[in-house]
Amino acid sequence: MTTKEVTIQTEPFVVNIGPAHPSTHGVFRMRTTLDGEVIVNMEPIFGYLHRGIEKLAEERTYGGCIPLTDRLDYLASMSNNMAYCLAVEKLAGIPVPLRAEYIRVIMAELQRIASHLIAVGAFLNDCGAFMTPIVYMIREREKILDLFDMVCGQRLTYNYMRVGGVSQDLPAEFIPALRKFLKEMPGWINEYDRLLKQNEILLARAKGVGILPRELAINISASGPVLRASGVEWDLRRADPYSIYDRFEFDIPTGSAGDCYDRYRVRVEEMRQSLRILEQALKGLPEGEVRSEVPHLIRPPVGEAYGHIEAPRGELGFYLVSDGSIAPYRFHVRAPTLINLTALNDMMKGWKVADLILIFGSIDICLAEVDR
Amino acid sequence: MTVALSGSKIAKQLGKKFPGAVIKAGADSLLLKGESLLAVAEYLKTTPDLDFDFLNYITAVDYYDYFEVVYQFTSLKHNHGLVLKVRCYDRENPTLPSVVSLWRGADLQEREIYDLLGISFEGHPNLRRIVLWEGFDGHPLRKDFL
Repeated sequence: MTTKEVTIQTEPFVVNIGPAHPSTHGVFRMRTTLDGEVIVNMEPIFGYLHRGIEKLAEERTYGGCIPLTDRLDYLASMSNNMAYCLAVEKLAGIPVPLRAEYIRVIMAELQRIASHLIAVGAFLNDCGAFMTPIVYMIREREKILDLFDMVCGQRLTYNYMRVGGVSQDLPAEFIPALRKFLKEMPGWINEYDRLLKQNEILLARAKGVGILPRELAINISASGPVLRASGVEWDLRRADPYSIYDRFEFDIPTGSAGDCYDRYRVRVEEMRQSLRILEQALKGLPEGEVRSEVPHLIRPPVGEAYGHIEAPRGELGFYLVSDGSIAPYRFHVRAPTLINLTALNDMMKGWKVADLILIFGSIDICLAEVDR
Repeated sequence: MTVALSGSKIAKQLGKKFPGAVIKAGADSLLLKGESLLAVAEYLKTTPDLDFDFLNYITAVDYYDYFEVVYQFTSLKHNHGLVLKVRCYDRENPTLPSVVSLWRGADLQEREIYDLLGISFEGHPNLRRIVLWEGFDGHPLRKDFL
């Protein structure tokens, strides 16, 4: 019997991943073109959660827009509140009492830790460490949610900050609970690291995968941990200090390779830095008013303002235009996760389907913010 | 602190190279002619002492008489910023040059503006609707939509 050599012709085919797929962290569709298992092209398709928040805001008062901002990146509502309030305060020239600034910083940093816990936990889920790490991280996030619950009675959409301050002062039980949290949290972060930092499977799956080179990261306007993991030391808390961030000492963790592993490491290190800021903020927290005198209906002078903060997922900004009335004439959100998606195709090309889930998870997006 | 560069200073610098490109210089912004946007943007990006390598955001506003598209740039190296504005007076078919060739970060944002305000960007590699579906009637963020 003789053997015969046969050439089989293969051709790329299209697979839709999502919109309702457990690894898409929401409703997001990746229209992938595959050659066997290898990704040839990936086209992101979204808009399934588009609620027209930018249009809705044009019909509301400046104060009435705050609940809308909760519903942008719902894993970091406090940060959204803060960015929006900063933009309105800039537009209308409203002062904020010092105690309120400290409370805002405490809330924003707690929110950063809570958000990174979910980001890292979900990313490890995507890596195949199914459910074990994320349960550890949700355990700690619960404690932060309890703290938020104390100050505003909410666990997800806080609506806590107001233009000119915050809605109410900290309750008596908050400070001891925060002290306890600050004492325990470093140990928990060390626990994650013992469990995962040198984990062989994680290293094999995440190191060198989904590289975003430094030049490209800047060119696509990436921000937050995605930009810093590519080796750019750029953090708005340091580069363009808002609120009272110029008073605190902290480091900016950066990666070097810009791969999935670096993005994961940057987030873990940022949690440690946030704890440092929280310690300092707690020490310096002054007594006093938590809200300045602001009219019920704010009528900022005709003009425009852009206020931005370093949210957990990157540069979150609000561009507001006022025509002198009680409602914003234009309300634009600079959504960090939307812009971080720009280079997704470049990061995924050439990797396998299993890596696609991982690369997507490492960017840490929130679809409610992408679609708005 | 990110320093906002003075618009009139930059306008002076641009005046020699691009006569007539700047319509108005604000405190931290420049109002440009639409057709000179791309050339000025390239100059801002490639000149070493300006070095605007980071595009913060693009957005557009409907002022009834015209659309205003706003670009904010930052230089990560020098830590300074500048805002560029361009106006579009045509309501039927507003068109501007795309800056995707210089800053790829503009890609999804220009698509969003095209989707929600109906401004076309010439030279964009993939100008399609982004959050609404193909065939949707109108552009919701226009003031005459609702």
